Amino acid sequence: MVEFSGIKEIIKPENLVYKKTNIMTENILSYCPGCGHGTTHRILAEIIDEEGLQSEAIGVSPVGCSVFLYYYLDIDWQEAAHGRAPAVATAIKRLQPEKFVFTYQGDGDLAAIGTAETIHACNRGENILIIFINNGIYGMTGGQMAPTTLPGMKSSTSPYGRDVKTMGYPLKMTEIVASLPGSYYVTRQSVHTPANVKKTKKAIRKAVKYQKLNKGTCLIEIVSNCPSGWKMTPVQSNKWMEENMFPYYPLGDLKTPEE
Amino acid sequence: MAKIRGSIVVNVERCKGCEVCMVSCPTGTIAMAKEVNGKGYNYAFPANPELCTGCANCAMVCPDGVITVYKTKI
Repeated sequence: MVEFSGIKEIIKPENLVYKKTNIMTENILSYCPGCGHGTTHRILAEIIDEEGLQSEAIGVSPVGCSVFLYYYLDIDWQEAAHGRAPAVATAIKRLQPEKFVFTYQGDGDLAAIGTAETIHACNRGENILIIFINNGIYGMTGGQMAPTTLPGMKSSTSPYGRDVKTMGYPLKMTEIVASLPGSYYVTRQSVHTPANVKKTKKAIRKAVKYQKLNKGTCLIEIVSNCPSGWKMTPVQSNKWMEENMFPYYPLGDLKTPEE
Repeated sequence: MAKIRGSIVVNVERCKGCEVCMVSCPTGTIAMAKEVNGKGYNYAFPANPELCTGCANCAMVCPDGVITVYKTKI
């Protein structure tokens, strides 16, 4: 392994503060540089490691950029048909209620082809955790317009910007899910700064705790960037996300259980 | 007063040179190398290692889990 290190005297096992967890495999992620997927995977792996869930976690991976998620996290996985991850997760959770079952979906998977599955799984109050990555574009297939694309935002299928008269308004899936009685904990976070990473980690930890109570579906939306789809550098895309995505998709808890 | 000193280790071949760590570093420790790694990316490296405080901000935002952080009091 080629490494580049700072001051050698400090590099001792007893001084270690942060290291990639072993739940994340050594496979190099297939994502573009700066993609929020990688950060989210890492946070998820850290939670699974810290909560000791490696043997009881079962993930359902989606179709989209994160389709190869099962290569990157060393836990049990099931690949679902496009958009059908909540349906598959429902079956897994009902057959093995003691397991921690979660789905990991992008906006093309959850908010486009899988809208019905998502809404009905949440409405039934299935005891699963849904992690929803929203970057407002179909990243994997070449930056086409998604249901979550912002008004006026350019994509390869809306080269003059999304016109709300003909193409409709961006779909706020998280708000829809929060309004359903079956959902238990619904929140929207992001992973572009260290502070937001900490908040997201806290939210996932909470969702893991709530899942053990069997009270309903937990959904965590993570507003993410797509440097390649948005045709920007990673740093620019994070800034663009702060300026344009956050006003439409405000961060924060949408539904929290009364404690 | 005890001074907190940190040090980072960058796994060069895993780095994709997205520069997110460089922007999040509060002390300006990290810079992007002029050289490229096996995949052709300008990888991150501790250009000013003496400034590092071991806050782990860089490791926390790194999408690829490239950075390992060490910290000690001197």
